[in-house]
Amino acid sequence: MNNRIFVATRKGLFTLDRGNGRVPWAISGAAFVGVPVSIVLPDPRDGWVYAAVGHGHFGTKFHRSKDRGATWEECAVPVYPPKPEGAEDIRCPMRGIPIPWNLELIWGLEAGGNDEPGALWCGTLPGGLFRSNDRGTSWELVRSLWDQPKRKDWFGGGMDYPGIHSICVDPRDSRHVTVGVSCGGVWVTRDRGETWECRAKGMFAAYLPPERKFEEHTQDPHRLVQCPGKPDAMWVQHHNGVFRSIDGSASWQEVATVQPSTFGFAVAVHPTDPDTAWFVPAVKDELRVPVDGKVVVARTRDGGKSFDVLRNGLPQEHAYDLTYRHALDIDESGERLAFGSTTGSVWTTDNQGDSWSCVTTHLPPVYSLRFART
Amino acid sequence: MIEVTFTANIQRYVPCPPETVVGRTVIEVLNSVFALNEKARGYVLDDQGGLRKHMVVFVNGQPVRDRTTLSDAVPDGAEVYVMQALSGG
Repeated sequence: MNNRIFVATRKGLFTLDRGNGRVPWAISGAAFVGVPVSIVLPDPRDGWVYAAVGHGHFGTKFHRSKDRGATWEECAVPVYPPKPEGAEDIRCPMRGIPIPWNLELIWGLEAGGNDEPGALWCGTLPGGLFRSNDRGTSWELVRSLWDQPKRKDWFGGGMDYPGIHSICVDPRDSRHVTVGVSCGGVWVTRDRGETWECRAKGMFAAYLPPERKFEEHTQDPHRLVQCPGKPDAMWVQHHNGVFRSIDGSASWQEVATVQPSTFGFAVAVHPTDPDTAWFVPAVKDELRVPVDGKVVVARTRDGGKSFDVLRNGLPQEHAYDLTYRHALDIDESGERLAFGSTTGSVWTTDNQGDSWSCVTTHLPPVYSLRFART
Repeated sequence: MIEVTFTANIQRYVPCPPETVVGRTVIEVLNSVFALNEKARGYVLDDQGGLRKHMVVFVNGQPVRDRTTLSDAVPDGAEVYVMQALSGG
């Protein structure tokens, strides 16, 4: 199992370690204390660690560590190219405000394929996808997606602008990448970003006017994950429910059986068993707290036909923790998971969620949490 | 010559010592500073070269009017301050 977790929070990046055997988890390091860290990526290929640091006044910056988080260096941050002279503004269809050509937030960060050492994908608000081929020394906006005509219909969910938060690189073919956009559906490239296709057939948006309910390119997938061992199996925690695909995103089926509710942000899928997945439900979109004040994790082992509600070791009275989309992770063993919450708690399990242990209850609000795999 | 001073709060992330530079407009003055301290550029200006949303530049005590192209004139001998736009409580 993986014995290190990086936790990106509202006020810093924290390292959690544990020894082998029964040695408990402990906070072993802190970096960027006081500064928002929107996302962290321990690269499973080479052990480098990447962190997006979002200074309120000074803009978003990007840092990397070659020594598993012991020391950090600032490297290049994705920068939008100059807006072409005379280019017409794309305006948010909901609020009419122009979508800027400015980096607002780094919201998705993933390593490229095993055959692409040093390659990174980065999803951002206001909707640009970037790629680096040199471990963040330089970045380039993926213009083919940014220039997609349907981007004009994308809009922000809980954010001011649309954003790319989920990036799945197919383990069978690094050119095959699937991204989730809030609110802009699911987009797939099979040629490393030269061309794109929207693939959200079967999803529906209960919050849009009926005639636009099934519009694929305005769906709001809160989080998209892909089973590494069976990459045609994908799960989405959507704004109004859970959806699953078993044909590589060609079609999606609603999973309405999640207990105690179908609303949430985070989802994790087992590394080899595509039918086993975990969610951290909240009441609903306008009431983003655990059902009845009890923190629980919902687990299916049969592809969504049924769910176990896991609560052993989790607070069951007056708990108002919300788990954001990047704050649930599973390690490569498939037995160990961890999740963090908006109230600064982190819990781990070594038995797929049958029982949980609390690591801390007093970190800043958790944005992103990832196991280090090397 | 123009005296340029940066907020103390930026120094934790990128050292920005006071500089004496030349320039007739705000952008010319800032570009003169960034020529000496390139890393500071992205902390003050956004991707399109405008002033970051939560930053402000004062010229002789007055906030600049043109935050997009930073074309406000800077008289010789002026004092320029680069700092956070303060808001909230």
